[in-house]
Amino acid sequence: MKLEYDLVIIGGGPAGLAVALEAEKNGVENILLLERDEYLGGILPQCIHNGFGLQYFKEELTGPEYADRFITQINNHKVDIKTETMVVKITPNKQIIALNRNDGLLCIKARAIVLAMGCRERTREAIAIAGSRPAGIFTAGTAQRYINIEGYMVGHEVIILGSGDIGMIMARRMTLEGAKVKAVLEIMPFSTGLIRNKVQCLDDFNIPLKFNHTITRIEGRKRVEKVTITQVDKNLQAIFGTEEEIHCDTILLSVGLIPENELTKEVGIRLDPVTGGPVVNENRETEIEGIFACGNVLHVHDLADFVTEEGEIVGRAVDEYLKGNRKFRSQPIKIFPGDNIAYVVPQHIDFIVPGRKKIKLFMRVKKPEERVKINLIDDKGRVLTAYKKRIVTPGEMVSVFLPEVLLDDKLKNITISIKRD
Amino acid sequence: MKTDVVIIGGGVIGTAIARELSRYRLDITLIEKEDDVAMGTSKGNSGIIHAGYDADFKTLKGKLNIKSNLKFDKLCADLKVPFKRIGSLVVGFNEKDFNKVKDLKVNGEKNGVKNLEIITGDKLFRLEANLNPQAKYALYAPSAGIISPYELTIALADNAVINGVKVLLETEAKDIIIEKGQTYGILTNKGLIETRVIINAAGLYADEMAKLIGEDFKIKPLKGEYRLFDKQWGSLVGHILFPIPTKLTKGILVAPTVHNNLLIGPNSYQVEEKDDLATTEVGINEVYSGARKLVLHLPHQDLVASFTGLRANIEGRDDFIIEPSKKVKGFINVAGIKSPGLSSAPAIAEMVSDILKEVAKEISPQLELNYKDNFTETLSDQPRFTEYADKIERWQEIIERDSDYGEIICRCEKVSKGEIIRAIHQPVPARSLDAIKRRTRAGMGRCQGGFCSPRVLRILSEELKISSLRVTKKGEGSEILTSKTKDMIKETGVKFKDEVRV
Repeated sequence: MKLEYDLVIIGGGPAGLAVALEAEKNGVENILLLERDEYLGGILPQCIHNGFGLQYFKEELTGPEYADRFITQINNHKVDIKTETMVVKITPNKQIIALNRNDGLLCIKARAIVLAMGCRERTREAIAIAGSRPAGIFTAGTAQRYINIEGYMVGHEVIILGSGDIGMIMARRMTLEGAKVKAVLEIMPFSTGLIRNKVQCLDDFNIPLKFNHTITRIEGRKRVEKVTITQVDKNLQAIFGTEEEIHCDTILLSVGLIPENELTKEVGIRLDPVTGGPVVNENRETEIEGIFACGNVLHVHDLADFVTEEGEIVGRAVDEYLKGNRKFRSQPIKIFPGDNIAYVVPQHIDFIVPGRKKIKLFMRVKKPEERVKINLIDDKGRVLTAYKKRIVTPGEMVSVFLPEVLLDDKLKNITISIKRD
Repeated sequence: MKTDVVIIGGGVIGTAIARELSRYRLDITLIEKEDDVAMGTSKGNSGIIHAGYDADFKTLKGKLNIKSNLKFDKLCADLKVPFKRIGSLVVGFNEKDFNKVKDLKVNGEKNGVKNLEIITGDKLFRLEANLNPQAKYALYAPSAGIISPYELTIALADNAVINGVKVLLETEAKDIIIEKGQTYGILTNKGLIETRVIINAAGLYADEMAKLIGEDFKIKPLKGEYRLFDKQWGSLVGHILFPIPTKLTKGILVAPTVHNNLLIGPNSYQVEEKDDLATTEVGINEVYSGARKLVLHLPHQDLVASFTGLRANIEGRDDFIIEPSKKVKGFINVAGIKSPGLSSAPAIAEMVSDILKEVAKEISPQLELNYKDNFTETLSDQPRFTEYADKIERWQEIIERDSDYGEIICRCEKVSKGEIIRAIHQPVPARSLDAIKRRTRAGMGRCQGGFCSPRVLRILSEELKISSLRVTKKGEGSEILTSKTKDMIKETGVKFKDEVRV
C-alpha cells in the first residue's frame, strides 16, 4: 500500500502523542502515527504507579491516566493511527517502510518524520554477569509488563540489581503482590533514580538498598536458585572476600536504558556517544533536515512530563519546517558538556527565531553534588549566565534557560559547567 | 512400544544419524532427555565447519572431517540452513609459529584438504584488515565455513521426522535391557522401548549409557566460554581467525556468525559436572584477552550473549569412538565427539550407517537396510522476514497468504508472528521460549527478549493450548511465570497487612 503524509511519527508513546497533538494544533494537517505495540501510550500503560503529571498537569496521575489524557485527545483529532505496525526502514529522502497484518506492507512518503521509538532496557548480557542462564531473570520493565499488563507474577523471592526508577518501583510492586524483595543492589555509591522513589518505594517498605554492591554470579539450572553479591571499590571492581550468597528465585535488572536508534543509525544519522540518541538542534531536528527526534529515543528522560514537553517542541518545529519559514544563523552555536556534565540536549542551536526569549537546555550530571552553580561559558571563557542549584544528581535531569539576548552572531560555542558554589 | 533402532541423543550427531538412517526402510526412534534437540554441545560451540588440516591424518577425526566438509554445501542447501564458506586463517606471529603453520599445511594436505596456502606480509592484511598488525604468517584454508550448529541440528531432526523418524523429547534413557548378549530394549522415564539396535549418541552422557552395558570409558567435560556481540560488529572480520593450535585445543577464535554477529571464544578447562554451563568472570576475561591477540580493537560493549559449551572429552583418548560394542551385540557407540565433531557429523552418520549394516547381519536376518523409494532429501523453503530485506515488496504476497506474517513480534531480529507459529508446529516442535529463539531468532537480539518474550509466551500458550503459567524457558522446571497476580496476597494477605501500612 502506498501512502503520503506531511508528518509521520514513529512511536505512540508520550513523545509521539505530544508531537501529534501539538503539530495538529499548529496547523499540520496530514499526520500519521505508527505504533508497534498493541496499544498507544508506550510504556505508560504498564506504569500503574502514581507520580506522573505533577509538572505538566500540576496534579498527580498514574501512568495509564497520564497516557489517557493524550490518547483521548488524539482520538478526537484528525490524526491517522496505526497500531501493531512495525517500521522496518526509513530512507534519507523520507520514505518509510512498515508493515502490519491488515494493510500488509506500507510504503509511506513523508515530508517530515519524527523518531519517537523510546528506549530499551540494558540486559544481563550487556553487563555480563557470570553464572548460569536459568529462568527467573527479567529486566524490571519486562517483569512490570508481565505483572501489570499480562496479569502474572514472576517470582517469590527477589533480588533487584540497580536502583534506577523502574527497579525501585518494581521492588514496591513485587512487595505489594506478596513477594519478598530481599535487597536492591546499586553498584554506585548513590541511587540512580529519583529521590522520591527511594523514599516511597524502598524506605517505606523496609527494603534494604545496598550501595557499592553488584551481582557477580547467578546459580540455578532451570530456575534461579541463588546469587552471589559482592561489594565493589570506587573503580567498581569487586572486592575479594566480600562475597555473600543470597537465595532467591528471581532477579530483576534495572541497569540502565538505551535509546532505540537502530532505524536512526541505518538511515545514517549521527548519534551522540553519551546520550545514545541523535545529535540535534534546538528544534530536535537531526542531521537530516525534516527528520526530528524526541523523548527517550533522543535521551533517556527522568519524567514523562519532560518527554511531553519535548514532544511539543517538536510538534511546533515540524510546523515551522513544513511551512518553510525558518531562518538559519550564519553559524550554529555548539553546546558542550563541561565539568560534571554528562551531556546537554540540544547539542547545537541553528536558528534565528524572532520573538523567542529563551531556549531550555536539558542535561544530566555525572555525579551528585550539593550547592552548585551551573555556569554557561562562551568561547572566551566568559560566564554568560549562571544558575544556582541546591542539589544535582545523575538520576534527575537538570534544565536551565539560555536567554536569547546572549546569542549574538559571533557566538560559536557554549560550555556548561558545574562548580561548587 | 517397539522399534528397529533407538538413537539416544538429539544433538547434531544423533539427528544426523537419524536422518541418514531414515533413507532406509527402518523404524527409527530418537530419544532426547531435554525439551528440544540441540540442547547440549550442539548449541554451545563455535559453529565452524573446519577445513580439516588440524587432526592427524591417521585418526578418525582427520579422515571424517575432510570427507564431511565437502558435503555441507548440498546438505545446507537441502535443509535451508545458513552456511557460509568464508575461509579460515591460522595466524602466526614468529618463527616458531611459522613452523607450526607449515606443519599444519603438510598435515592438511595429507588429509586431502585442497587450496591451503601460507600467506605472509601485506596480503595478510588485504585479506583481513583488522588483524593484529603484529601478525606475520597465516595458513589460509578457503574451504572452512561458518554455520549455525543448532539450526543444522533442528533441520536434520525435522528432515528425519518428515522421513518417518519418531523424535521423543523429554525422554531419558534409564537402563538398557540385554538378553543373551544382545540389546533387547531401553527403559526410559516414559516406559520401555523394545529395540534390537541402540545407537549411543548421548554426547556428554555417552559414557553413562555405555556403562549400562558394562563399558568403561569416561567423559571428562572440557568447558569453553564464548561471547557474542551485536550484529553491528559482524563485519569486523571476514574470516575465521584462529591462533596457533595446541595439542588440546584450536584456541580462542574470532569469527563472524552466519547471522552476522561477532563471536569470540572458547577457552578450555576441565569441569566435573556435565550440566555446569555457568560462565565465569575469569573465563570471560580469558576469552577477551585471547581474542585480542588476533584483533586488537574488539568492542567493549554491545554484548548480546555470553554462553558456554562442554566438549565431550574422553579421558585418555584424543579420537572419536565410532564402533559397535564389543560387549553387547546391537549396541553402537558414537562417543567422544568433540571438535571437529560438528564438521564431521554427516560423515559420522554415514559411517554409523555402514556399521549398522554389519551389525544388522549379525543380530537379525530380518533387519536389512533397504532404501526407501520415497526419501525426502530437502526441507521446504519457509519465509523469514529478514531474508526478504532486499526484496521486501515480495513479503506482501506472504502477508496476503497469512496475515500473521504481517505482525512483527521480535523487533530486534524482526521476526513475524507467522514464523513463531510455524516454529511451534514444525516437525520437531518448539515448546519453550528458548526453542522458539533457536528456530526463529525471536529474543536473540539486543534486547534479549525484553520486549517480545511476553508476546511469544502468549503465542505459545495459545498455540499449545496450555496456561501461560506452564510456558517454560527450556523445559519443565523453568516456568517463566509463578502465579496470577493477587494469588500470592490471597495467601499472605493478613500477615502482609500487619507489616506494612500503605
